[in-house]
Amino acid sequence: MAYAQKVIDHYENPRNVGSLDKNDRSVGTGLVGAPACGDVMKLQIRVKDGIIQDARFKTFGCGSAIASSSLVTEMVKGKNLDEALTIKNTAIAQELSLPPVKIHCSMLAEDAIKAAIQDYKNKQESDDA
Amino acid sequence: MSAQIQNTSCSHPSGVIYLDYQATTPCDPRVVEKMIPYFYENFGNPHSRNHYYGWSAEEAVEKARLQVANLINANPKEIVFTSGATEANNLALKGVMKFYQDRKNHLITCVTEHKCVLDTARHLEQEGVQVTYLPVKPDGIIDLDKLESAITEQTALVSIMAVNNEIGVIQPIEEIGKLCRSKGVFFHTDAAQAVGKIPLDVLKMHIDLLSISGHKIYGPKGVGVLYVGRKPRVRLVPLMNGGGQERGLRSGTLSPALCVGLGEACVIAGEEMTQENTRLLDYRDYFYKGLMQELDEIYLNGSLIHRVPGNLNISFAHVEGEGLMMGLKDLAVSSGSACTSASLEPSYVLYALGVNEELAHTSLRIGFGRFTTLEDLRYAMKRIIAEVKRLREMSPLWEMSREGIDLKSINWAVH
Repeated sequence: MAYAQKVIDHYENPRNVGSLDKNDRSVGTGLVGAPACGDVMKLQIRVKDGIIQDARFKTFGCGSAIASSSLVTEMVKGKNLDEALTIKNTAIAQELSLPPVKIHCSMLAEDAIKAAIQDYKNKQESDDA
Repeated sequence: MSAQIQNTSCSHPSGVIYLDYQATTPCDPRVVEKMIPYFYENFGNPHSRNHYYGWSAEEAVEKARLQVANLINANPKEIVFTSGATEANNLALKGVMKFYQDRKNHLITCVTEHKCVLDTARHLEQEGVQVTYLPVKPDGIIDLDKLESAITEQTALVSIMAVNNEIGVIQPIEEIGKLCRSKGVFFHTDAAQAVGKIPLDVLKMHIDLLSISGHKIYGPKGVGVLYVGRKPRVRLVPLMNGGGQERGLRSGTLSPALCVGLGEACVIAGEEMTQENTRLLDYRDYFYKGLMQELDEIYLNGSLIHRVPGNLNISFAHVEGEGLMMGLKDLAVSSGSACTSASLEPSYVLYALGVNEELAHTSLRIGFGRFTTLEDLRYAMKRIIAEVKRLREMSPLWEMSREGIDLKSINWAVH
Protein backbone atom coordinates (compact mmCIF):
# COMPACT_ATOMS: atom_id res chain seq x y z
CA MET A 1 0.00 0.00 0.00
CA ALA A 2 1.54 3.29 -1.06
CA TYR A 3 1.06 6.34 1.13
CA ALA A 4 -0.17 9.66 -0.22
CA GLN A 5 2.40 12.42 -0.51
CA LYS A 6 0.80 14.57 2.21
CA VAL A 7 0.81 11.68 4.67
CA ILE A 8 4.49 11.10 4.00
CA ASP A 9 5.24 14.81 4.42
CA HIS A 10 3.48 15.01 7.82
CA TYR A 11 5.07 11.71 8.89
CA GLU A 12 8.59 12.82 7.96
CA ASN A 13 8.18 16.45 9.03
CA PRO A 14 5.53 16.37 11.73
CA ARG A 15 4.23 19.80 12.77
CA ASN A 16 3.98 20.79 16.41
CA VAL A 17 5.25 17.61 18.06
CA GLY A 18 5.61 17.93 21.79
CA SER A 19 3.81 18.63 25.02
CA LEU A 20 2.32 21.61 26.82
CA ASP A 21 2.02 21.73 30.61
CA LYS A 22 -1.10 19.66 31.26
CA ASN A 23 -1.60 21.37 34.64
CA ASP A 24 -1.68 24.84 33.11
CA ARG A 25 -5.18 26.31 33.38
CA SER A 26 -5.07 27.57 29.78
CA VAL A 27 -4.16 24.15 28.38
CA GLY A 28 -6.67 21.49 27.34
CA THR A 29 -5.48 17.92 26.85
CA GLY A 30 -7.20 15.20 24.84
CA LEU A 31 -5.96 11.63 25.06
CA VAL A 32 -7.87 9.27 22.77
CA GLY A 33 -7.49 5.79 21.35
CA ALA A 34 -6.05 2.74 23.08
CA PRO A 35 -2.68 0.99 23.01
CA ALA A 36 -4.43 -2.32 22.43
CA CYS A 37 -5.96 -0.96 19.23
CA GLY A 38 -2.62 0.26 17.93
CA ASP A 39 -3.26 3.99 18.09
CA VAL A 40 -3.22 6.63 20.81
CA MET A 41 -3.28 10.37 20.20
CA LYS A 42 -2.53 13.12 22.66
CA LEU A 43 -3.60 16.56 21.47
CA GLN A 44 -3.05 19.68 23.56
CA ILE A 45 -4.32 23.19 22.94
CA ARG A 46 -3.43 26.49 24.60
CA VAL A 47 -6.37 28.88 24.65
CA LYS A 48 -6.25 32.62 25.18
CA ASP A 49 -9.29 34.91 24.90
CA GLY A 50 -11.30 32.03 23.45
CA ILE A 51 -8.83 31.49 20.60
CA ILE A 52 -6.55 28.44 20.20
CA GLN A 53 -3.10 30.04 20.25
CA ASP A 54 -1.00 26.90 20.15
CA ALA A 55 -1.35 23.16 19.70
CA ARG A 56 0.91 20.16 20.28
CA PHE A 57 0.57 16.43 19.64
CA LYS A 58 2.13 13.10 20.37
CA THR A 59 0.87 9.98 18.62
CA PHE A 60 1.44 6.24 18.88
CA GLY A 61 0.22 4.75 15.64
CA CYS A 62 0.67 4.23 11.95
CA GLY A 63 1.83 6.93 9.53
CA SER A 64 -1.74 8.00 8.80
CA ALA A 65 -2.47 8.46 12.50
CA ILE A 66 0.65 10.55 12.93
CA ALA A 67 -0.20 12.61 9.84
CA SER A 68 -3.84 13.12 10.95
CA SER A 69 -2.80 14.44 14.34
CA SER A 70 -0.03 16.59 12.88
CA LEU A 71 -2.54 18.09 10.45
CA VAL A 72 -5.13 18.93 13.13
CA THR A 73 -2.57 20.88 15.16
CA GLU A 74 -2.29 23.14 12.12
CA MET A 75 -6.04 23.24 11.54
CA VAL A 76 -7.05 24.27 15.05
CA LYS A 77 -4.54 27.06 15.52
CA GLY A 78 -6.12 30.51 15.31
CA LYS A 79 -9.66 29.11 15.54
CA ASN A 80 -12.06 29.81 18.38
CA LEU A 81 -13.42 26.81 20.26
CA ASP A 82 -16.72 26.66 18.40
CA GLU A 83 -14.96 26.78 15.05
CA ALA A 84 -12.52 24.06 16.13
CA LEU A 85 -15.46 21.86 17.14
CA THR A 86 -16.78 21.97 13.58
CA ILE A 87 -13.68 20.24 12.15
CA LYS A 88 -14.90 16.95 10.71
CA ASN A 89 -12.95 13.78 10.14
CA THR A 90 -13.99 13.85 6.49
CA ALA A 91 -12.02 17.07 5.98
CA ILE A 92 -8.95 15.48 7.54
CA ALA A 93 -9.33 12.31 5.49
CA GLN A 94 -9.82 14.29 2.31
CA GLU A 95 -6.86 16.58 2.90
CA LEU A 96 -4.59 13.57 3.46
CA SER A 97 -6.23 11.35 0.80
CA LEU A 98 -6.64 8.57 3.37
CA PRO A 99 -7.77 5.20 2.00
CA PRO A 100 -10.94 3.65 3.54
CA VAL A 101 -8.91 1.37 5.83
CA LYS A 102 -7.35 4.48 7.42
CA ILE A 103 -10.50 6.55 7.96
CA HIS A 104 -10.46 5.63 11.65
CA CYS A 105 -7.23 7.68 12.01
CA SER A 106 -9.08 10.84 10.95
CA MET A 107 -11.98 9.97 13.28
CA LEU A 108 -9.55 9.63 16.14
CA ALA A 109 -8.06 13.04 15.31
CA GLU A 110 -11.55 14.60 15.39
CA ASP A 111 -12.16 12.93 18.76
CA ALA A 112 -8.85 14.32 20.02
CA ILE A 113 -9.92 17.91 19.23
CA LYS A 114 -13.23 17.41 21.03
CA ALA A 115 -11.53 15.82 24.03
CA ALA A 116 -8.94 18.62 24.30
CA ILE A 117 -11.63 21.32 24.14
CA GLN A 118 -13.78 19.49 26.68
CA ASP A 119 -10.81 19.22 29.03
CA TYR A 120 -10.16 22.94 28.67
CA LYS A 121 -13.82 23.76 29.35
CA ASN A 122 -13.89 21.48 32.39
CA LYS A 123 -10.89 23.32 33.81
CA GLN A 124 -12.55 26.71 33.38
CA GLU A 125 -15.77 25.51 35.05
CA SER A 126 -13.97 23.99 38.02
CA ASP A 127 -12.06 27.27 38.42
CA ASP A 128 -15.28 29.29 38.36
CA ALA A 129 -16.83 27.13 41.03
CA MET B 1 27.17 -15.40 -10.81
CA SER B 2 26.33 -16.02 -7.18
CA ALA B 3 29.35 -14.08 -5.95
CA GLN B 4 28.20 -11.08 -7.94
CA ILE B 5 24.75 -11.13 -6.34
CA GLN B 6 26.20 -11.51 -2.86
CA ASN B 7 28.33 -8.42 -3.34
CA THR B 8 25.54 -6.28 -4.64
CA SER B 9 22.78 -7.08 -2.15
CA CYS B 10 23.57 -3.94 -0.16
CA SER B 11 23.24 -1.73 -3.23
CA HIS B 12 20.19 -3.38 -4.75
CA PRO B 13 18.81 -1.26 -7.62
CA SER B 14 15.65 -0.57 -5.58
CA GLY B 15 17.81 0.83 -2.78
CA VAL B 16 15.85 -1.41 -0.41
CA ILE B 17 17.63 -4.00 1.71
CA TYR B 18 15.75 -7.29 1.80
CA LEU B 19 15.18 -8.51 5.36
CA ASP B 20 12.06 -10.62 4.92
CA TYR B 21 13.52 -14.09 4.33
CA GLN B 22 10.57 -15.81 6.06
CA ALA B 23 8.20 -14.36 3.46
CA THR B 24 10.29 -15.62 0.57
CA THR B 25 13.89 -16.00 -0.50
CA PRO B 26 15.62 -15.04 -3.72
CA CYS B 27 16.10 -17.96 -6.05
CA ASP B 28 19.77 -18.96 -5.81
CA PRO B 29 21.50 -18.21 -9.15
CA ARG B 30 22.89 -21.78 -9.13
CA VAL B 31 19.28 -22.99 -8.98
CA VAL B 32 18.18 -20.73 -11.83
CA GLU B 33 21.07 -22.00 -13.95
CA LYS B 34 19.92 -25.61 -13.55
CA MET B 35 16.30 -24.70 -14.36
CA ILE B 36 16.84 -22.78 -17.58
CA PRO B 37 17.30 -25.76 -19.97
CA TYR B 38 13.90 -27.10 -18.94
CA PHE B 39 11.95 -24.21 -20.38
CA TYR B 40 12.95 -24.52 -24.04
CA GLU B 41 15.49 -27.17 -25.06
CA ASN B 42 14.22 -29.74 -22.64
CA PHE B 43 10.56 -28.88 -22.55
CA GLY B 44 9.06 -32.37 -22.63
CA ASN B 45 6.13 -33.62 -20.61
CA PRO B 46 7.63 -35.89 -17.96
CA HIS B 47 4.55 -38.10 -18.21
CA SER B 48 5.00 -38.78 -21.95
CA ARG B 49 6.18 -42.35 -22.05
CA ASN B 50 6.84 -42.79 -25.76
CA HIS B 51 9.64 -40.49 -26.85
CA TYR B 52 12.91 -38.83 -26.04
CA TYR B 53 11.40 -35.53 -24.86
CA GLY B 54 9.26 -37.22 -22.26
CA TRP B 55 12.04 -39.53 -21.06
CA SER B 56 14.50 -36.71 -20.70
CA ALA B 57 12.04 -34.59 -18.70
CA GLU B 58 11.13 -37.59 -16.57
CA GLU B 59 14.78 -38.29 -15.84
CA ALA B 60 15.21 -34.70 -14.63
CA VAL B 61 12.14 -34.93 -12.40
CA GLU B 62 13.26 -38.24 -10.91
CA LYS B 63 16.72 -36.87 -10.21
CA ALA B 64 15.11 -33.91 -8.42
CA ARG B 65 12.89 -36.30 -6.46
CA LEU B 66 15.99 -38.14 -5.25
CA GLN B 67 17.69 -34.85 -4.31
CA VAL B 68 14.72 -33.80 -2.19
CA ALA B 69 14.48 -37.25 -0.60
CA ASN B 70 18.17 -37.24 0.30
CA LEU B 71 17.90 -34.00 2.24
CA ILE B 72 15.31 -35.46 4.63
CA ASN B 73 16.48 -39.10 4.52
CA ALA B 74 13.38 -40.30 2.69
CA ASN B 75 12.87 -42.70 -0.19
CA PRO B 76 12.25 -40.94 -3.54
CA LYS B 77 9.00 -42.91 -3.87
CA GLU B 78 7.75 -41.02 -0.80
CA ILE B 79 8.14 -37.60 -2.44
CA VAL B 80 5.01 -36.02 -3.99
CA PHE B 81 5.56 -32.78 -5.87
CA THR B 82 2.91 -30.09 -5.27
CA SER B 83 2.45 -26.43 -6.10
CA GLY B 84 3.88 -25.38 -2.75
CA ALA B 85 3.61 -25.87 0.98
CA THR B 86 0.01 -24.63 1.13
CA GLU B 87 -1.07 -27.43 -1.19
CA ALA B 88 1.14 -29.94 0.62
CA ASN B 89 -0.43 -29.00 3.96
CA ASN B 90 -3.94 -29.19 2.50
CA LEU B 91 -3.17 -32.60 1.00
CA ALA B 92 -1.74 -33.92 4.25
CA LEU B 93 -4.60 -32.77 6.49
CA LYS B 94 -7.56 -33.29 4.19
CA GLY B 95 -6.04 -36.38 2.61
CA VAL B 96 -5.45 -38.21 5.88
CA MET B 97 -8.61 -37.09 7.66
CA LYS B 98 -10.85 -37.97 4.72
CA PHE B 99 -9.26 -41.37 4.29
CA TYR B 100 -9.43 -42.35 7.96
CA GLN B 101 -12.52 -40.33 8.99
CA ASP B 102 -14.75 -43.41 9.32
CA ARG B 103 -12.44 -44.93 11.92
CA LYS B 104 -10.65 -41.97 13.48
CA ASN B 105 -12.09 -38.49 13.40
CA HIS B 106 -9.76 -36.38 15.52
CA LEU B 107 -6.99 -34.00 14.41
CA ILE B 108 -4.53 -32.24 16.71
CA THR B 109 -2.72 -29.09 15.64
CA CYS B 110 -1.43 -25.93 17.28
CA VAL B 111 -2.63 -22.32 17.58
CA THR B 112 0.56 -20.85 16.07
CA GLU B 113 0.45 -22.87 12.84
CA HIS B 114 0.52 -21.14 9.47
CA LYS B 115 -2.87 -19.95 8.20
CA CYS B 116 -2.96 -22.67 5.56
CA VAL B 117 -2.97 -25.34 8.28
CA LEU B 118 -5.41 -23.48 10.56
CA ASP B 119 -7.78 -22.66 7.73
CA THR B 120 -7.70 -26.26 6.52
CA ALA B 121 -8.41 -27.43 10.07
CA ARG B 122 -11.39 -25.06 10.30
CA HIS B 123 -12.67 -26.38 7.00
CA LEU B 124 -12.36 -29.96 8.27
CA GLU B 125 -14.27 -29.00 11.42
CA GLN B 126 -17.16 -27.91 9.23
CA GLU B 127 -17.05 -31.34 7.65
CA GLY B 128 -17.39 -33.00 11.03
CA VAL B 129 -13.77 -33.57 12.05
CA GLN B 130 -12.96 -32.94 15.73
CA VAL B 131 -9.97 -30.60 16.01
CA THR B 132 -7.85 -29.80 19.06
CA TYR B 133 -5.76 -26.63 18.87
CA LEU B 134 -2.87 -26.97 21.31
CA PRO B 135 -1.70 -23.79 23.05
CA VAL B 136 2.00 -22.84 23.19
CA LYS B 137 4.17 -21.83 26.12
CA PRO B 138 5.32 -18.16 26.32
CA ASP B 139 8.46 -19.14 24.38
CA GLY B 140 6.32 -20.43 21.50
CA ILE B 141 7.02 -24.13 22.05
CA ILE B 142 4.25 -26.67 22.60
CA ASP B 143 3.93 -28.59 25.86
CA LEU B 144 4.54 -32.29 25.14
CA ASP B 145 2.45 -33.35 28.15
CA LYS B 146 -0.50 -31.42 26.76
CA LEU B 147 0.01 -33.09 23.40
CA GLU B 148 0.11 -36.51 25.03
CA SER B 149 -3.07 -35.92 26.98
CA ALA B 150 -4.84 -34.59 23.88
CA ILE B 151 -4.24 -37.81 21.94
CA THR B 152 -7.20 -40.18 22.12
CA GLU B 153 -8.26 -43.43 20.48
CA GLN B 154 -9.98 -41.24 17.90
CA THR B 155 -6.87 -39.26 16.91
CA ALA B 156 -5.80 -39.89 13.33
CA LEU B 157 -3.25 -37.13 12.85
CA VAL B 158 -1.06 -34.66 14.71
CA SER B 159 0.12 -31.67 12.66
CA ILE B 160 2.76 -29.48 14.30
CA MET B 161 5.01 -27.14 12.34
CA ALA B 162 8.77 -27.64 12.61
CA VAL B 163 9.69 -23.93 12.59
CA ASN B 164 7.30 -21.03 13.03
CA ASN B 165 7.15 -18.51 10.20
CA GLU B 166 6.74 -15.45 12.42
CA ILE B 167 8.97 -16.13 15.41
CA GLY B 168 11.35 -18.77 14.02
CA VAL B 169 11.03 -21.10 17.01
CA ILE B 170 11.82 -24.79 16.54
CA GLN B 171 9.38 -27.36 17.91
CA PRO B 172 10.70 -30.60 19.47
CA ILE B 173 9.97 -32.59 16.33
CA GLU B 174 11.77 -35.78 17.29
CA GLU B 175 9.98 -35.98 20.64
CA ILE B 176 6.62 -35.32 18.98
CA GLY B 177 7.39 -37.98 16.38
CA LYS B 178 8.28 -40.56 19.00
CA LEU B 179 5.16 -39.82 20.99
CA CYS B 180 2.88 -40.07 17.97
CA ARG B 181 4.50 -43.27 16.76
CA SER B 182 4.12 -44.86 20.20
CA LYS B 183 0.41 -44.00 20.15
CA GLY B 184 -0.14 -45.16 16.58
CA VAL B 185 -1.03 -41.67 15.37
CA PHE B 186 0.31 -40.18 12.14
CA PHE B 187 2.57 -37.14 12.50
CA HIS B 188 2.63 -34.37 9.90
CA THR B 189 4.98 -31.42 10.12
CA ASP B 190 4.88 -28.25 8.04
CA ALA B 191 8.63 -27.87 7.48
CA ALA B 192 8.45 -24.94 5.03
CA GLN B 193 10.54 -22.75 7.35
CA ALA B 194 12.70 -25.61 8.63
CA VAL B 195 14.14 -27.33 5.57
CA GLY B 196 17.72 -26.23 4.97
CA LYS B 197 17.84 -24.54 8.37
CA ILE B 198 17.69 -27.47 10.78
CA PRO B 199 18.66 -31.09 10.05
CA LEU B 200 15.58 -33.17 9.28
CA ASP B 201 15.53 -36.95 9.19
CA VAL B 202 12.09 -38.45 8.66
CA LEU B 203 13.16 -41.89 9.89
CA LYS B 204 14.97 -40.78 13.02
CA MET B 205 12.26 -38.24 13.84
CA HIS B 206 9.35 -40.61 13.07
CA ILE B 207 7.75 -38.14 10.67
CA ASP B 208 4.95 -39.60 8.54
CA LEU B 209 4.18 -36.52 6.44
CA LEU B 210 6.31 -33.43 5.84
CA SER B 211 5.65 -30.31 3.76
CA ILE B 212 8.35 -28.40 1.87
CA SER B 213 8.15 -25.09 0.02
CA GLY B 214 10.54 -24.30 -2.85
CA HIS B 215 10.71 -20.56 -2.44
CA LYS B 216 11.57 -20.56 1.26
CA ILE B 217 14.79 -22.45 0.53
CA TYR B 218 16.24 -20.39 -2.35
CA GLY B 219 14.29 -22.39 -4.91
CA PRO B 220 11.51 -21.23 -7.24
CA LYS B 221 7.99 -20.21 -6.25
CA GLY B 222 5.16 -22.47 -7.37
CA VAL B 223 6.63 -25.78 -6.28
CA GLY B 224 6.67 -27.75 -3.06
CA VAL B 225 6.66 -31.30 -1.78
CA LEU B 226 4.66 -33.50 0.49
CA TYR B 227 6.66 -36.39 1.86
CA VAL B 228 4.27 -39.29 2.43
CA GLY B 229 5.87 -42.07 4.45
CA ARG B 230 5.56 -45.71 3.48
CA LYS B 231 6.63 -47.34 6.76
CA PRO B 232 4.10 -47.18 8.25
CA ARG B 233 2.15 -46.52 5.10
CA VAL B 234 0.09 -43.33 5.11
CA ARG B 235 -2.94 -43.34 2.85
CA LEU B 236 -4.49 -40.18 1.47
CA VAL B 237 -7.51 -39.09 -0.50
CA PRO B 238 -6.19 -36.80 -3.27
CA LEU B 239 -7.37 -33.19 -3.50
CA MET B 240 -7.75 -33.20 -7.28
CA ASN B 241 -8.94 -35.64 -9.89
CA GLY B 242 -7.02 -36.15 -13.09
CA GLY B 243 -4.38 -38.24 -14.76
CA GLY B 244 -3.23 -39.91 -11.57
CA GLN B 245 0.31 -38.53 -11.58
CA GLU B 246 2.45 -38.67 -8.44
CA ARG B 247 1.23 -42.17 -7.48
CA GLY B 248 -2.34 -40.98 -7.83
CA LEU B 249 -1.94 -38.45 -5.03
CA ARG B 250 -1.50 -35.33 -7.11
CA SER B 251 -2.80 -35.20 -10.65
CA GLY B 252 -1.49 -32.64 -13.09
CA THR B 253 1.57 -32.33 -15.32
CA LEU B 254 4.68 -31.63 -13.32
CA SER B 255 6.91 -28.72 -14.24
CA PRO B 256 10.37 -30.20 -14.74
CA ALA B 257 11.96 -26.75 -14.45
CA LEU B 258 10.37 -26.15 -11.03
CA CYS B 259 11.14 -29.69 -9.82
CA VAL B 260 14.76 -29.39 -10.95
CA GLY B 261 15.02 -26.04 -9.19
CA LEU B 262 13.66 -27.44 -5.95
CA GLY B 263 16.00 -30.43 -6.22
CA GLU B 264 19.04 -28.23 -6.70
CA ALA B 265 17.94 -25.97 -3.83
CA CYS B 266 17.83 -29.06 -1.60
CA VAL B 267 21.32 -30.14 -2.70
CA ILE B 268 22.75 -26.71 -1.89
CA ALA B 269 20.86 -26.58 1.42
CA GLY B 270 22.31 -29.94 2.43
CA GLU B 271 25.86 -28.93 1.53
CA GLU B 272 25.85 -25.43 3.00
CA MET B 273 23.46 -25.54 5.94
CA THR B 274 26.09 -25.93 8.65
CA GLN B 275 28.35 -23.09 7.55
CA GLU B 276 25.39 -20.86 6.66
CA ASN B 277 23.89 -21.35 10.11
CA THR B 278 27.18 -20.49 11.80
CA ARG B 279 27.50 -17.28 9.82
CA LEU B 280 23.86 -16.24 10.35
CA LEU B 281 24.05 -16.96 14.05
CA ASP B 282 27.01 -14.59 14.34
CA TYR B 283 25.08 -11.96 12.40
CA ARG B 284 22.02 -12.36 14.56
CA ASP B 285 23.95 -12.03 17.80
CA TYR B 286 25.70 -8.94 16.50
CA PHE B 287 22.44 -7.38 15.35
CA TYR B 288 20.38 -8.19 18.42
CA LYS B 289 23.09 -7.08 20.86
CA GLY B 290 23.56 -3.87 18.90
CA LEU B 291 19.86 -3.05 19.19
CA MET B 292 19.78 -3.88 22.90
CA GLN B 293 22.78 -1.64 23.59
CA GLU B 294 21.06 1.38 22.07
CA LEU B 295 17.39 0.83 22.88
CA ASP B 296 15.58 0.25 26.17
CA GLU B 297 12.37 -1.73 26.40
CA ILE B 298 12.76 -4.00 23.44
CA TYR B 299 11.47 -7.55 23.75
CA LEU B 300 12.27 -10.64 21.74
CA ASN B 301 9.17 -12.67 20.90
CA GLY B 302 9.70 -16.42 21.12
CA SER B 303 12.55 -18.54 22.37
CA LEU B 304 16.07 -17.34 21.57
CA ILE B 305 17.62 -20.77 22.09
CA HIS B 306 15.17 -22.92 20.12
CA ARG B 307 15.18 -20.66 17.10
CA VAL B 308 16.51 -20.68 13.54
CA PRO B 309 19.41 -18.25 13.08
CA GLY B 310 17.84 -16.03 10.39
CA ASN B 311 14.87 -14.74 12.38
CA LEU B 312 14.31 -12.03 14.94
CA ASN B 313 10.87 -10.88 16.02
CA ILE B 314 11.17 -7.89 18.30
CA SER B 315 8.65 -5.63 20.01
CA PHE B 316 9.79 -2.03 20.34
CA ALA B 317 7.63 -0.82 23.22
CA HIS B 318 5.56 2.33 22.58
CA VAL B 319 6.31 2.47 18.82
CA GLU B 320 3.59 1.11 16.56
CA GLY B 321 4.93 -1.42 14.05
CA GLU B 322 3.27 -0.13 10.91
CA GLY B 323 4.32 3.42 11.71
CA LEU B 324 7.85 2.17 12.28
CA MET B 325 7.92 0.35 8.96
CA MET B 326 6.88 3.53 7.18
CA GLY B 327 10.03 5.15 8.49
CA LEU B 328 12.11 2.20 7.35
CA LYS B 329 11.18 2.30 3.70
CA ASP B 330 14.72 1.40 2.66
CA LEU B 331 14.38 -1.86 4.61
CA ALA B 332 12.05 -4.67 3.53
CA VAL B 333 10.89 -5.99 6.90
CA SER B 334 7.53 -7.25 8.09
CA SER B 335 5.17 -6.15 10.83
CA GLY B 336 3.07 -9.06 11.96
CA SER B 337 3.13 -11.81 9.39
CA ALA B 338 3.36 -10.95 5.72
CA CYS B 339 0.28 -13.06 5.07
CA THR B 340 -1.91 -11.18 7.50
CA SER B 341 -0.39 -7.72 7.57
CA ALA B 342 -2.96 -6.49 5.03
CA SER B 343 -5.62 -6.90 7.71
CA LEU B 344 -3.81 -4.50 10.10
CA GLU B 345 -4.71 -6.85 12.94
CA PRO B 346 -1.85 -7.70 15.25
CA SER B 347 -0.42 -11.16 14.96
CA TYR B 348 -2.33 -14.16 16.33
CA VAL B 349 1.01 -15.86 16.92
CA LEU B 350 2.12 -13.16 19.34
CA TYR B 351 -1.26 -13.32 21.11
CA ALA B 352 -0.75 -17.06 21.50
CA LEU B 353 2.54 -16.40 23.32
CA GLY B 354 0.66 -14.15 25.74
CA VAL B 355 2.32 -10.96 24.43
CA ASN B 356 0.07 -8.09 25.52
CA GLU B 357 -1.90 -6.26 22.88
CA GLU B 358 0.12 -3.08 22.96
CA LEU B 359 3.41 -4.94 22.51
CA ALA B 360 1.87 -7.07 19.78
CA HIS B 361 1.28 -3.83 17.85
CA THR B 362 4.94 -2.86 18.15
CA SER B 363 6.61 -5.89 16.62
CA LEU B 364 8.86 -6.20 13.61
CA ARG B 365 9.97 -9.43 12.00
CA ILE B 366 13.50 -9.18 10.69
CA GLY B 367 14.51 -12.13 8.52
CA PHE B 368 17.88 -12.63 6.95
CA GLY B 369 19.59 -15.36 5.03
CA ARG B 370 22.00 -16.54 2.37
CA PHE B 371 22.52 -13.24 0.58
CA THR B 372 22.43 -10.90 3.58
CA THR B 373 25.74 -9.21 4.28
CA LEU B 374 27.10 -7.81 7.50
CA GLU B 375 26.97 -4.35 5.90
CA ASP B 376 23.26 -4.84 5.25
CA LEU B 377 22.69 -5.58 8.92
CA ARG B 378 24.92 -2.77 10.13
CA TYR B 379 22.93 -0.32 8.05
CA ALA B 380 19.58 -1.81 9.11
CA MET B 381 20.57 -1.64 12.76
CA LYS B 382 21.55 2.01 12.49
CA ARG B 383 18.30 2.88 10.73
CA ILE B 384 16.05 0.97 13.15
CA ILE B 385 17.72 2.55 16.19
CA ALA B 386 17.37 6.06 14.76
CA GLU B 387 13.74 5.59 13.72
CA VAL B 388 12.65 3.98 17.01
CA LYS B 389 14.23 6.87 18.91
CA ARG B 390 12.53 9.45 16.65
CA LEU B 391 9.10 7.82 16.98
CA ARG B 392 9.44 7.38 20.73
CA GLU B 393 9.96 11.12 21.03
CA MET B 394 6.59 11.43 19.27
CA SER B 395 4.88 8.72 21.31
CA PRO B 396 2.51 9.69 24.14
CA LEU B 397 2.95 6.20 25.57
CA TRP B 398 6.73 6.55 25.74
CA GLU B 399 6.29 9.92 27.47
CA MET B 400 3.85 8.46 29.99
CA SER B 401 6.07 5.49 30.67
CA ARG B 402 9.04 7.85 31.27
CA GLU B 403 6.86 9.81 33.72
CA GLY B 404 6.26 6.58 35.59
CA ILE B 405 2.58 6.32 34.64
CA ASP B 406 1.34 2.74 34.52
CA LEU B 407 -0.39 2.48 31.15
CA LYS B 408 -2.65 -0.24 32.51
CA SER B 409 -4.02 2.21 35.10
CA ILE B 410 -5.60 4.32 32.37
CA ASN B 411 -9.16 3.72 31.32
CA TRP B 412 -8.63 3.54 27.56
CA ALA B 413 -11.61 3.89 25.27
CA VAL B 414 -11.20 0.74 23.20
CA HIS B 415 -12.55 1.53 19.76
